[in-house]
Amino acid sequence: MDIFLQQMVNGLLLGSIYALVALGYTMVYGILGLINFAHGDIVMVGAMVTLSTIGVLEGHLPIGVILLVACLVAIVVCVLMGLLLERVAYRPLRHAPRLAPLITAIGVSLLIQYSAALIWGKQYIALPELFKPSQYVWAGVEINALQIFIFVLALLIMASLALFVKHTRLGRAMQATEQNADSATLMGVNTTGVIALTFAIGAAIGAVAGVMIDLYYGQAHYFMGFLLGLKAFTAAVLGGIGHIGGAMLGGLLLGVIESLSAGYIGDLTGGLFGSNYRDVFTFFVLIGVLMLRPSGLLGRATTERA
Amino acid sequence: MLLVSKCHFLGHKKLLGLILCIVLFALPFLLDQYLGRAWVRIIDFALLFSLLALGLNIVVGYAGLLDLGYIAFFAVGAYCYGLLCSPQFGLHWPFWFVLPLGALLAGLFGIVLGAPTLKLRGDYLAIVTLGFGEIIRIFLNNLNHPVNITNGAQGITLIDPLQWQSISLAQTIHWGGIEIAPVHYYYFVFLFCTMFMLVVSSRLERSRIGRAWMAIREDEVAAACMGLNTRNIKLTAFAMGASFGGLAGGLFAAFQGFISPESFTLTDSIMVLCMVVLGGMGHVSGVVLGAILLSVLPEILRYAGPLQMTLLHRVWVDPSDLRMLLFGLALIVMMLLRPKGLWPAKHGASTNAPSENTEPPAKNAQHG
Repeated sequence: MDIFLQQMVNGLLLGSIYALVALGYTMVYGILGLINFAHGDIVMVGAMVTLSTIGVLEGHLPIGVILLVACLVAIVVCVLMGLLLERVAYRPLRHAPRLAPLITAIGVSLLIQYSAALIWGKQYIALPELFKPSQYVWAGVEINALQIFIFVLALLIMASLALFVKHTRLGRAMQATEQNADSATLMGVNTTGVIALTFAIGAAIGAVAGVMIDLYYGQAHYFMGFLLGLKAFTAAVLGGIGHIGGAMLGGLLLGVIESLSAGYIGDLTGGLFGSNYRDVFTFFVLIGVLMLRPSGLLGRATTERA
Repeated sequence: MLLVSKCHFLGHKKLLGLILCIVLFALPFLLDQYLGRAWVRIIDFALLFSLLALGLNIVVGYAGLLDLGYIAFFAVGAYCYGLLCSPQFGLHWPFWFVLPLGALLAGLFGIVLGAPTLKLRGDYLAIVTLGFGEIIRIFLNNLNHPVNITNGAQGITLIDPLQWQSISLAQTIHWGGIEIAPVHYYYFVFLFCTMFMLVVSSRLERSRIGRAWMAIREDEVAAACMGLNTRNIKLTAFAMGASFGGLAGGLFAAFQGFISPESFTLTDSIMVLCMVVLGGMGHVSGVVLGAILLSVLPEILRYAGPLQMTLLHRVWVDPSDLRMLLFGLALIVMMLLRPKGLWPAKHGASTNAPSENTEPPAKNAQHG
């Protein structure tokens, strides 16, 4: 039971990071209907920039200030990249066949990855040990202050995003653009601006996710955006792509499934399959969910759009 | 008048075809002579990827089903050949049996994997196919325990080349001063297969089933209303596309003599998809062009490293990184310049999915 609880906690923690990255995918998908393949790489850049900033500032300022500054720098860099990405790779193709932006996204993803390899090298970059977070043990579950901080921050970001989309003028403009871009334009919504804003918000949240990954794993790598993006995209689809609450639910669920399957696959199959089948299990769950609910857990049942 | 110009045009076309045949025949020898043996190999792979792209084109281009796990069928074909024609199980079955078997098996996998995805649309389908691709790769990677089937990450070695009786494609012969190496033989085998599949593809396109695929691509509901059995037609697309991949996989295993799960990653699936989309979805010539371009381009970009050296006199950017950077840039630029692909289909909307943003399809140009 202790192991179960511990795995649950680990899963929720990992899942909250997945959820943040998944938000970037799902928001862009909701508005443009395209998979932003480069989003995982933007998160990677966020993580890298944070590490570099910490490296520069380490020892000069208090730890809290360093982290805050690093986070802000990462957000600024990622938002600029997100805007540039939208302007260069997606906006010119808005009326092109649906798969065309997918290819430019893959091109951008390669560009970002190998530029990162040039700037930061191909080795893992470790986070310097800034402080020792206090460890708590509760009902046999170990958790440290940093992990609690990550989880709470992730929940706060998700909640504020949900409130923003639901209750502000800009948020409603986003909803309108998502439902029907042409009608929204006729109603006076600056859809081009809204789309750019969506990319900016997605990138900013991605940057924060990058900082969390630094703190959680203690290291970053130029290629990590690929797998991370894949996981986050899976999470977004699991919850119902285009649906913000779905991305959050999908992310948390995916994290829990992953860590539970890593812990229990061996026991369940009598040692036949080991934890190296973790991703297989995850994908089977995804396929099972989609067979029962073809639009994801929270997604609206889509009808064929003519 | 029209007839005359038509005849003239036909003659023109025949002449072009003849020249093309000669060029294709001489190509490996010319490349061998002037650019080196490595380039013959590159062209071999370009042809192999053309086969794959033609297969994926059936699923994505004709039927409009976004498949991100296509490389799995390539893997099925390759492992089918690898297991039945290697010392792994001590089996050395003849290739003329194993290659079609691989294609058939891949086709079956196509149906099995396609069946649960029938209800899914667009990107839900993409993620599920992606998941299947990963599942197959992970199984190949781990099925060395508890029973060793695939030899895990080490892969299968010493796979038989294509051979019949005592004639093997693995030997080099000298004939009239020209050295004919295995890469040359395989060039012609691959060329034959690609040509054959090119014809099959373009005949399929105009067949009843091909038109049904395109009807589903344009509007599934309308197609169902017209009495098409969308389930069977979609499954046929999956099976047909997968069998192309299976055949290519078998050829790949025979050509390489070695396979491992490394060759069947998601990146490879994405690369094949890039070939199809960049070349021109739903248009066989475009797809082959895309496949050849995207397999040759990274090799040409290998010259960027030395070029950097001569121009700038020092290594600013690691050559392999530079190559990938330029490749990414090329993908973006080509797609921005030609959003419908380099050589798109002339007729029919090449937008593969309905979207609110597309303009109403233009009326077909009147042909005098």
